Amino acid sequence: MKEIISHIWQIAKKDLIEFSRDRIRLVTFVIMPIFMMVLTGFIFPSQTTLKDVPIGIARLDNDQISEQLIKALKNLSMKDSQPAFNVKTYQSEDEVKEGIKKQEISGGLIVPEDFSTKLAANGQAQIIIIEDQANPQISAITTQVLEQVVNTFSQQIGTQKVGYLLQKEKVVPSGEAAEKTALAFLKPITTKLLGLIEGETNYFEFVAPGIMAMVVMTAVMTGLAGSVSREKEQGTLDGILISPISRLAIILGKATSQSIRGLAQGVIVLILAILLFGVKIYGSLLLVFLLLILGIFSFVGLGILVSASAAEQETATQILFMFQFPMLFLSGVFFPIQQMPKIMQQISHLVPLTYAIEALRKVMILGAGLTDIRTELIILFSFGLITLAIAMPLFRRMITR
Amino acid sequence: MEDIIEVENLTKKFGHFTAVDNVSFKVKKGEIFGFLGPNGAGKSTTIRMLTTLLRPTSGRARIAGYDLEAQQDQVRRYIGLVAEKIILYDRLTADENLQFFGRLNNLKPAVIKERSDRWLRRLGMEEWRNHQVGTYSTGMKQRINVVRALLTEPDILFLDEPTLGLDPQTSRLIRDFIAEVNETGATVILTTHDMHEAETLSDRVAIIDCGKIITLDTTENLKKMVKNISNPTFEDVFLTLTGNTVRDIASSRITSASRRWHGRPTNRVR
Ligand SMILES: Nc1ncnc2c1ncn2[C@@H]1O[C@H](COP(=O)(O)OP(=O)(O)O)[C@@H](O)[C@H]1O
Ligand SMILES: [Mg+2]
Repeated sequence: MKEIISHIWQIAKKDLIEFSRDRIRLVTFVIMPIFMMVLTGFIFPSQTTLKDVPIGIARLDNDQISEQLIKALKNLSMKDSQPAFNVKTYQSEDEVKEGIKKQEISGGLIVPEDFSTKLAANGQAQIIIIEDQANPQISAITTQVLEQVVNTFSQQIGTQKVGYLLQKEKVVPSGEAAEKTALAFLKPITTKLLGLIEGETNYFEFVAPGIMAMVVMTAVMTGLAGSVSREKEQGTLDGILISPISRLAIILGKATSQSIRGLAQGVIVLILAILLFGVKIYGSLLLVFLLLILGIFSFVGLGILVSASAAEQETATQILFMFQFPMLFLSGVFFPIQQMPKIMQQISHLVPLTYAIEALRKVMILGAGLTDIRTELIILFSFGLITLAIAMPLFRRMITR
Repeated sequence: MEDIIEVENLTKKFGHFTAVDNVSFKVKKGEIFGFLGPNGAGKSTTIRMLTTLLRPTSGRARIAGYDLEAQQDQVRRYIGLVAEKIILYDRLTADENLQFFGRLNNLKPAVIKERSDRWLRRLGMEEWRNHQVGTYSTGMKQRINVVRALLTEPDILFLDEPTLGLDPQTSRLIRDFIAEVNETGATVILTTHDMHEAETLSDRVAIIDCGKIITLDTTENLKKMVKNISNPTFEDVFLTLTGNTVRDIASSRITSASRRWHGRPTNRVR
């Protein structure tokens, strides 16, 4: 046993020394996670806020009331006191539609001709919101915000009207109390949003754990397969194989060096996320590392399987690509898997990366503790154990064909 | 003399292709046993099977008294290997390489140091020991590679075309060194397609072609087989044994055989 551990360490140490002297591999090792972070950080829009989104407005009634509504829209700001909308004026509904077709604007709002007259006659007026179906992501938020603005505006008018009635009928004494009661009549129930942590989370806090898990685990899988097939091709693997050492020590030595590399890459991602994108970790850092290590463990078996079966480096890379690509989308790195169809969600849960990412999110964003991620830990560990148990005998057979 | 290697009906097939075909032979303890044959004859495949790197399709072998298949780990304790490709890491220095492979063989660092000191000096590589192997010439690499194979002071040393692609001086140095190692008691199994090498080094030679052993005898006896040529070379022996019999059937076969004989595998250059 002591011998095996010494052999594992010898092989791991040798791999790491070799790696540390390979400048090209060192550079890609650092660049790759930076690349991933920066790309996802800047390409994916932060979807909860609107900033300077162009919308078109056609005001067909020319009355004061609708002008107030437009003013409210123009003054709306969601973040950093930047206007949410860049309002453009159009003359008709058709012009607004044309504007959307040309993608000049990401949505439109029509105030019909009879808007003010209906309001004045205590009737129910209507505002038309036109959505940009070519752009569902932005459109969803835009229309939601537009509706909110119109609703709030509508509520204000309603409160004034009912307040006036209440005062006139002497239900309440003063004007101020009248408005309050009116509001209570119109909106008897309010909601309050309470998060588990203070402040707002951004999209990046959502993707950071995913990217971290993904970078670490693909690094381990590709690294392991690549390292074994490289030694196979160069012939140095023969030197290890003819040594009277346990075959387990050989593959575990390789796995150890790759895991250390993977962890180092994970740390790079974490540091970048904190420094560059202001990601905060609400849970325990120790737990984050434990999860990364278990995540790596869950992938080592698969990595061994690939490296044993692929005779050449190129084949190994191709097999890995086949694995990784669907995994990226299935494991919910970029989108919550809850948004996927039921069947895809079930497939998702066959991928260990999914559990690693879910657990990392719980710890990093929600500050979850050890007991909260117990299930994920057990699943990751079992997955690793089972794949390792399958991979080891296969590895033994395949290296001496 | 006792037999340190006994091979019985060893066969290796790659798919439908038979690379080594029902080969049997014995190697005596302390001798230098030569495997002579053209490229693709099956020399390397035989060596790889005997060093536990390839699983035989059928047949058996005992190495140093241990069963090749059932007692792989024991077999590995008795063998050293200089394979077709150089077993050294380019990004490690000679010393680091030797320490690494020595430690895998459960040698103490001090023992590895002492042995490599001795052999590096003998092979004129002492001053290079702290340079990365990647900066060496092929001849320098092969010298370190031989030292690596000898670290455990193995009872049996397998050498697969150890002088292929080397300059004459280094080839000479390595041949002399092999002879010295053999003097100290190691059994040497050597493959080569260089007839001069087989002749000068080996006690007995097996001539192998197309996966089959055609003849196995001492170098003296092999030369005696060629009666019609005075002072025959090994090439004459080979041609007599393989070529002449084939010549009657188709003369084109000879040219292809002799082309294979002189051709060099391209995968050696790294
Ligand atoms: N892994 C392999 N798969 C398929 N064919 C192989 C493999 N290794 C060797 N061969 C074939 O077996 C034959 C013998 O090869 P080898 O033992 O390397 O010859 P030698 O060392 O005598 O030049 C060659 O025809 C070679 O192409
Ligand atoms: Mg060969």
